Amino acid sequence: MSMQFGYVSPEQIMKDRADYARKGISRSRSVVVLQYEGGILFVAENPSPSLHKISEIYDRIAFAAVGKYNEFEVLRQAGVRLADLRGYSFDRVDVSGRALANVYAQTLGTIFTQDPKAYEVELVVAELGADESSDEIYRIVYDGSVFSQDGFSVMGGPSDQVSTHVRENFQRSASLEDSLRLAVDALGRDEGGEVRQIATTQLEVAILDRSRPRRTFRRIRGAQLESLLSRPAEDTAEDDTADRDTTETPPDETED
Amino acid sequence: MDLAGLGRLPAAFMTAGTSSFSDFLGQYAPEMLPGRRLAGSTQYADHSGLAPHGTTIVAVTFPGGVVMAGDRRATAGNLISQRDAEKVFQADEYSAVGIAGTMGIALELVRLFQLELEHYEKIEGTVLSLEGKANRLAHMIRANLGLAMQGLVAVPLFAGFDAGNERGQIYSYDPTGARSEEHEFYSVGSGSVFARGALKKLFRDDFSAEDAVVACIQALYDAAEDDSATGGPDMYRRIFPIITVVDENGFDRYSDDTVSPLVDRVVSARSGRPDGPQAPLS
Repeated sequence: MSMQFGYVSPEQIMKDRADYARKGISRSRSVVVLQYEGGILFVAENPSPSLHKISEIYDRIAFAAVGKYNEFEVLRQAGVRLADLRGYSFDRVDVSGRALANVYAQTLGTIFTQDPKAYEVELVVAELGADESSDEIYRIVYDGSVFSQDGFSVMGGPSDQVSTHVRENFQRSASLEDSLRLAVDALGRDEGGEVRQIATTQLEVAILDRSRPRRTFRRIRGAQLESLLSRPAEDTAEDDTADRDTTETPPDETED
Repeated sequence: MDLAGLGRLPAAFMTAGTSSFSDFLGQYAPEMLPGRRLAGSTQYADHSGLAPHGTTIVAVTFPGGVVMAGDRRATAGNLISQRDAEKVFQADEYSAVGIAGTMGIALELVRLFQLELEHYEKIEGTVLSLEGKANRLAHMIRANLGLAMQGLVAVPLFAGFDAGNERGQIYSYDPTGARSEEHEFYSVGSGSVFARGALKKLFRDDFSAEDAVVACIQALYDAAEDDSATGGPDMYRRIFPIITVVDENGFDRYSDDTVSPLVDRVVSARSGRPDGPQAPLS
């Protein structure tokens, strides 16, 4: 380490910031976002019933986040303001998830490079299309990188284990019950490979429901959630020890 | 409003604190607020002839809910500018807002009010109380005072289902934003005197939802008979009053298919007795 006094290379600065942000994010419990036959499903492990990780942004757009609550809450509120302002100055149909994802990306990118502290957050912006082929799921990470996700997205916590499980079992046309069970099973997978049972009270669940007019966002909780989770599984039987160490991590998980 | 090329979100978006959309707009883009339009001149003037006017709105409570209805006419001076105007709207899941006066101002206020309620709901994750909604509307009317003094007045009627008391409530306003809670029934707009007279005689406190709807249709019919700016049901074009009901199941706007037989009943009864149903003398 023969470093000149007072000089830190730009690469090092960026790497330190990235490590810092990633460390913060990995402490957060995971969120799974996935398409199902009737729309898009959001499932988070969240012990708080009121500090949401999943929220409505606009008629067909929802937001999910992991990381530091105060930081993603600022972004969420900004997103609601931006969407409402757009809808008010143009029309409701002119509010798009892609535009919102871009603004989030630019904001996070600027904060990452210019602010003293990077935001320790990772976001998903999902927009419900007219049919499942036009649904859009964007994942935006702490440095402003955006990834367009196909079918599902997993962020936070031990996301490798969780996303492996989702990837192996994901079916776009699965029912709400099956998709929910898949997401909950996936969220229970810890780094060591153990599988936890997550209590219903620890779950935050919401959907963008294609069958609803106008505002499609709906939370699923309480008795409704219990009944969805307690319905008998159809053919979701897979070996519970399915935690083979898959080496193929998606490219976006390993930028460094 | 150029939102493209915004780059990083401006500070106004990222500041915690306000859950009101109109307050946010006032900070970030004040020129978009309806009340700021003529902010330069506060002199009294009469521009009321400038744009079309919407007229009569009635609201009637029944045990467990409230009905709000409006005629379909918009006028510009002595001309009828629109025969299928809409003046009663859903405000949110459990309330309705009707608005009489300068149509341009009225429609913009309604749009802003609807958004205000939705915005609060999304930011806070919970809905405003009925009283809270009524107060927000008062605030927005007050912000329009400058325009009202120049003749561009819009006066709303707000009604909703109060989950706490499990009953429908009606709030009326004046152009300065004074809000008052009305009991049983109320009406605003140019034909409101006649409508209120009719409702006074028709109202019963054991109304069903349908009774309340019929009372509204009768009242609007009476208003249309005596006020040229209020339109009666247009039997040939099948243009009927807008009928909305708010109860514990939320807001419901009746379809034309539902309203049509009720209107037919009222109109055919009037062919026998043009002045409408008779109230007992004592």
